[in-house]
Amino acid sequence: MKHLLSGADLDAATATLILDTAAEMANVAGREVKKLPALRGRTVVNLFYEDSTRTRISFEAAAKRLSADVINFSAKGSSVSKGESLKDTALTLQAMGADAVVVRHPASGAPHRLANWVDGSVINAGDGIHEHPTQALLDAYTMRSRLGRIAGLHVAVVGDVLHSRVARSNVLLLATLGAKVTLVGPPTLIPVDIGTALAPGTEVSYDLDAVLPTADVVMMLRVQRERMDDSYFPSAREYARRYGLDGPRMRRLPDHAIVMHPGPMNRGMEIAPEVADSPRSTIVEQVTNGVSVRMAVLYLLLGGLT
Amino acid sequence: MAYPQAAQPQPVPPPSVKVILTSAELARMVDRIAHQILEKTQGAADTVLLGIPTRGAPLARRLAARISAFEGIEAPVGVLDITLYRDDLRRHAVRAVGPTEVPRGGIDGKRVILVDDVLFSGRTVRAALDALNDLGRPSSVQLAVLVDRGHRELPIRADYVGKNIPTALSESVKVTLAETDGSDEVRLIAGRAQS
Repeated sequence: MKHLLSGADLDAATATLILDTAAEMANVAGREVKKLPALRGRTVVNLFYEDSTRTRISFEAAAKRLSADVINFSAKGSSVSKGESLKDTALTLQAMGADAVVVRHPASGAPHRLANWVDGSVINAGDGIHEHPTQALLDAYTMRSRLGRIAGLHVAVVGDVLHSRVARSNVLLLATLGAKVTLVGPPTLIPVDIGTALAPGTEVSYDLDAVLPTADVVMMLRVQRERMDDSYFPSAREYARRYGLDGPRMRRLPDHAIVMHPGPMNRGMEIAPEVADSPRSTIVEQVTNGVSVRMAVLYLLLGGLT
Repeated sequence: MAYPQAAQPQPVPPPSVKVILTSAELARMVDRIAHQILEKTQGAADTVLLGIPTRGAPLARRLAARISAFEGIEAPVGVLDITLYRDDLRRHAVRAVGPTEVPRGGIDGKRVILVDDVLFSGRTVRAALDALNDLGRPSSVQLAVLVDRGHRELPIRADYVGKNIPTALSESVKVTLAETDGSDEVRLIAGRAQS
């Protein structure tokens, strides 16, 4: 594996290897010296064309814990605001000797183009409304560590599926790992045939209350107002009433079920504060697990002969 | 016109395999090392055994079991994976990381005995010392190996040796253990590059 661009790049064996490696990387967080020498002398560039808190910091922490050198690039305050293209920026990074480029871009497919222009590894940290594979991996890791397995789980992915790269990568990866996914949301926010187009066996429902009693995992998606140029639902209050996860809805879940959210949350919109702060919620764990999973990905892409 | 005959490719002889240690000899050797550890550490007080995967891990567990059988002392046992500390990571395809298990109580202020099957170049032990450094600060570190086959590339020696086996660089020493391979044996394999 040279690049990580899509959840579909991973077969079950590779995905499991990443999750197992992440489990070992997680032990580093509890040690006296939270650093491993595996990527000494390697350079990782964080190329972010979109705002991000947790993903950029998570990749930066992961690279630093593996002793790689990290260069952070954000489009604001760079030559991009002078009109430099993605390709020219990529060639500049290449000339500086980047071994890996972690890229987030508002255009779907930008990381795929980038992978043809640079020699190093390209890791997709979110492209438009397309994919976010490391988020899917950290979600899978969180499910496995909380519930002990992934195969056979019923995962409800709820909300703005249309604009969600997290949902797309999760559907692909979870299908590979043997979980059953139901996409839930208002018909305006679920593309027709998206389930079957991504992974056969994926189901679609417009009724959250009907799905909850059989769900092992509920993954709430953020309502992405910045990507909405139309009105997809009448009002925020109506959305919250039909598709928001509040206390009474949470109690319809089986006892072992967990609630996930990729962050950042709109408290009171798709998730009630009572749910976000409940013991079922894995939201903070997901952030912690993100560092371990990204360490595993960086190590497996850059740690050997390249 | 007769062309000189091309040299016939020499048939590669099957690698000759010699059993150096049988199961019974190996068991006696583990017993002896366990006694030596008890003697040299005054009863294995504050001692932690850390096995280096793959075969150091079951060896460390066996040593702890023998120490327990001889003196009733339960020495903590752990596993120290050194993959991420290797100096040849970039010369090979990426290696899978194995588990590291530090026994409860940690290694700070303890006497740590590293356990491995074969001592060869010494590079594994160097990596283990680096890994140990990131885990804590032992009061001292010792090394126990089943076989010392020579050809050191670093200034490293073992404190406890099951058997010194003089070897040629072209030979390899293969330790098999019941836990990992199904049976206990040490073999010397000639004419094959050391992996």
